Amino acid sequence: MSDPTPLLSVTGLNVAFQTPRGTAQAVNGIDFTLARGEVLCLLGESGSGKSVTLRALMRLLPEQRSRISGRVTIAGEDLYGLPERRVEDLRGKVVSMVFQEPMLALDPVYTIGAQIAETIVRHERVSKAEAGRRALELLEKVQIPSAKRRLEAYPHEMSGGMRQRAMIALALACNPAILLADEPTTALDATVQMQVLLLLRRLQAETGMAVIMVTHDIGVAAETADRVAVMYAGRIVEQGTAAQVLKTPQHPYATGLFASTVHAGLKDRRLDAIPGAPPDLTALPPGCAFAPRCARRREACDVGQPPKIRMADAREVLCVDAVAAG
Amino acid sequence: MDTTALPRIPPDQVKVSRSPGYWATVGRRILADRVTLVCLVLLATIALAAVFADVLAPLDPLKTSMAKRLRPIGTPGFPLGTDELGRDILSRLLYGGRMSLLMGSWPVANALVIGGTLGIVAGFFGGRLNMVIMRTVDVFYAFPSVLLAVAISGALGSGMKNAIVALTIVFVPPLVRIAETVTTQVRNLDFVEAARASGAGSPTIIRVHLLPNVMGAIVVYASGLFSVSIILASGLSFLGLGVEPPQAEWGLMLNTLRQAIYVQPWVAILPGMMIFVTSICCNLASDGLRAAMEIKQ
Amino acid sequence: MTVVHTLPPAPDVGGPAEPLLKVEGLTKHFPVRGTGFFAPKLVARAVDGITFSIAKGETLGVVGESGCGKSTTARLLMRLIEPDSGSMIFDGELVGGELSLRDLRRRMQMVFQDSYASLNPRLTIADSLAFAPVVHGIPHGEAMAAAADLLEQVGLDSATVLGRYPHQLSGGQRQRINIARALALHPRLVILDEAVSALDKSVEAQVLNLLVDLKRSFDLTYIFISHDLNVVHYIADRAMVMYLGKIVELGPVDRIYAAPAHPYTRALFSARLSSDPERRTVAVAIEGDPPNPINPPSGCRFRTRCPMAAEVCAAHEPAAIDLGFGHSVACHLHDPASGHAEARAHV
Repeated sequence: MSDPTPLLSVTGLNVAFQTPRGTAQAVNGIDFTLARGEVLCLLGESGSGKSVTLRALMRLLPEQRSRISGRVTIAGEDLYGLPERRVEDLRGKVVSMVFQEPMLALDPVYTIGAQIAETIVRHERVSKAEAGRRALELLEKVQIPSAKRRLEAYPHEMSGGMRQRAMIALALACNPAILLADEPTTALDATVQMQVLLLLRRLQAETGMAVIMVTHDIGVAAETADRVAVMYAGRIVEQGTAAQVLKTPQHPYATGLFASTVHAGLKDRRLDAIPGAPPDLTALPPGCAFAPRCARRREACDVGQPPKIRMADAREVLCVDAVAAG
Repeated sequence: MDTTALPRIPPDQVKVSRSPGYWATVGRRILADRVTLVCLVLLATIALAAVFADVLAPLDPLKTSMAKRLRPIGTPGFPLGTDELGRDILSRLLYGGRMSLLMGSWPVANALVIGGTLGIVAGFFGGRLNMVIMRTVDVFYAFPSVLLAVAISGALGSGMKNAIVALTIVFVPPLVRIAETVTTQVRNLDFVEAARASGAGSPTIIRVHLLPNVMGAIVVYASGLFSVSIILASGLSFLGLGVEPPQAEWGLMLNTLRQAIYVQPWVAILPGMMIFVTSICCNLASDGLRAAMEIKQ
Repeated sequence: MTVVHTLPPAPDVGGPAEPLLKVEGLTKHFPVRGTGFFAPKLVARAVDGITFSIAKGETLGVVGESGCGKSTTARLLMRLIEPDSGSMIFDGELVGGELSLRDLRRRMQMVFQDSYASLNPRLTIADSLAFAPVVHGIPHGEAMAAAADLLEQVGLDSATVLGRYPHQLSGGQRQRINIARALALHPRLVILDEAVSALDKSVEAQVLNLLVDLKRSFDLTYIFISHDLNVVHYIADRAMVMYLGKIVELGPVDRIYAAPAHPYTRALFSARLSSDPERRTVAVAIEGDPPNPINPPSGCRFRTRCPMAAEVCAAHEPAAIDLGFGHSVACHLHDPASGHAEARAHV
């Protein structure tokens, strides 16, 4: 990590969608960077903008219906200034993605082996035989048992866990520098989820790729992340190392979210639920979007956007109550 | 447990302020969709013109005149010209609209009732009943619809009634299929299970939970068949199996004006234009209706 | 105050000592069409002879992975699907015998996982809530009043919600409505099938608090089905662990969570995610996916993934062994007579 320029940097990213009910402000001015070999978790609930952010990083959002502003730089290139052809080269080779539902993301009419080989051939112009050999290697790397036989399998012939492994193999086909993972284990059973998380962690350590993991599950963040960014209503409300954010959260939403997550030791006690519901993205308040649900709400919260405060331990918190570094 | 201890709201104080209902939303969406709106207005105009044909028609549609055969469009007294027997085209188009629209709507309405019922029954009860109904329907799919219509009409003999019967038989199978498919989908949704779990019987569940959720899709599909029915009916008349001369009907007019195509092409093309405009409006309106009736979460 | 004639709560027939529900040998096998025209007919053993009972006023948590049969069990209990065999005794009355299905469904209700799919999109919330009481003969006006009352009980403002349609509400609000609907008949047993699984964490906590409150004020008994072990630990008194259509372990939550006896339960617990980034999970407990309930393994169904599997596990199906304190486990390891080399007796 001696390279001072980050692998990926996002500044002032805004995404808005046209909906029949008005303009939905899905992402509202977020900034973050990702260093080489780093694992960043975007943690948030539904509608927090975490998945939209991830798709914006691959320029996968529908161009007609969405309005995107801000700057996304990947490996020194301005993503939204590139022609579509160049973006296609980036996808899969520099940045690739793992989805929540591999059944929907894999093509049902091609075998797993054919799909991986095709990706390799497209990006690296190697022979078919060479691509097939690489595909087999990849399946072995993601620990699919009897990989040789599985090359010839269609997605529907595999179990959920095997499909997600195949999806990961496909994403890693061209040794990307950045892997984007959108809730990769949410649809899996508990025992399988742990297998896939450990696999992702091992592959990350082996290849040194950077990972952005989108999740709603604090446990997934705790198991994988170097850094965690908590999102609420399209903003990053707290960002810091995993230990900082998960063990001593500062933003009232982050503290509330951890307090309301059920864990051992809460039995027979009332859960500290956050009252209310997340805001309507088509009608965000002018002030802090969390203020209506916040126990520490003050007048200042409703006036304007809360400042981004850099605390003494270098974490960033979006709250009027946060204490800035000395 | 003493339930009366719970805070109760007296029945007369319960106000249910209905939020903008489903149909209000559908209406608003249609008003915002210009294509659908134009199609619906055009269809309504054509329908009204047909209904009030006896008021609107300038001349008797059956009155022939050997002297005034095949006049062009714009002839004084005959704004849209005359046909091969000297009859006023405008009047014949208006009266013909009656026949054509009738031939378009009757078979579809019949098939909607018969096919819809069979499909919903097959879909809701499933099992052996479903198999019997659906396999029987499959037999009809062995023949192309035009061939089937011609064959049945031919067997029953020419005439409007027989043509309607023939077309009804043609439209029942696709409606059974669509009704069965939608019903099966809705039947497997949790709210139908929840209704069963509350102890409701099948008739209640079909009435309250099933019909409102399947009728939309079935009716929209049927409205798309309306244009097919007009075209098939015209085809039957063209072959001499539907409406009989000297009655005016668009398909029949197209048939009899066929020889005049080299003499007065613009006049000869008019009935075809009417069939074309009506059916395309039907299809576009049906698509618009489908989009407007979707429930978006 | 006007008295509203809603359905009275069902009477306590058997007395406090009688279990609310006794299930004996409940079985459901689904025929599955094999691939190919001449393929043999296959059978998925979704629920395979399960026996358990639930006491009045307790919460039974049911855990297990996909394909373990927990949702099928819920539907069998509600009789939404007919069991192949087995009997159910509700508060001393045989279901299908002294107790008709219609009366069973008055006493037992269910909340589904998908809050949107379980509400009719074309009915207002008022109509959805009034439906079941009207079916049971309550006049429409009174059912409406009861609906308004129920909404307040589940923490919603009846004036704004009654006239709305499901798609106009949030997931949390819809699930509260589904709970209200289940309570409209004053049931004694409510089956919650992954009822909080689809909700966001902050909303899940609200709904769990609500369920705890409602249990007290409506004097309810819960069957709480979930894949989330933490939530089951929080809400349940006893837990039932299922694997491929069988109950592998059943007992008080505190005992099972402190000392899981079945290798599968142990594997399931060790797959729980850490919430501390400095104390991460280092190794997986079991490899592979749960096998398919079509043609399950012979003997003990877990043996193909079990680190302790021995020959006896393939030969004989383990019976439930009582470990005391109402804790039982179906594993040869706990039966010295089984012939498993590492079997130990429990005191």
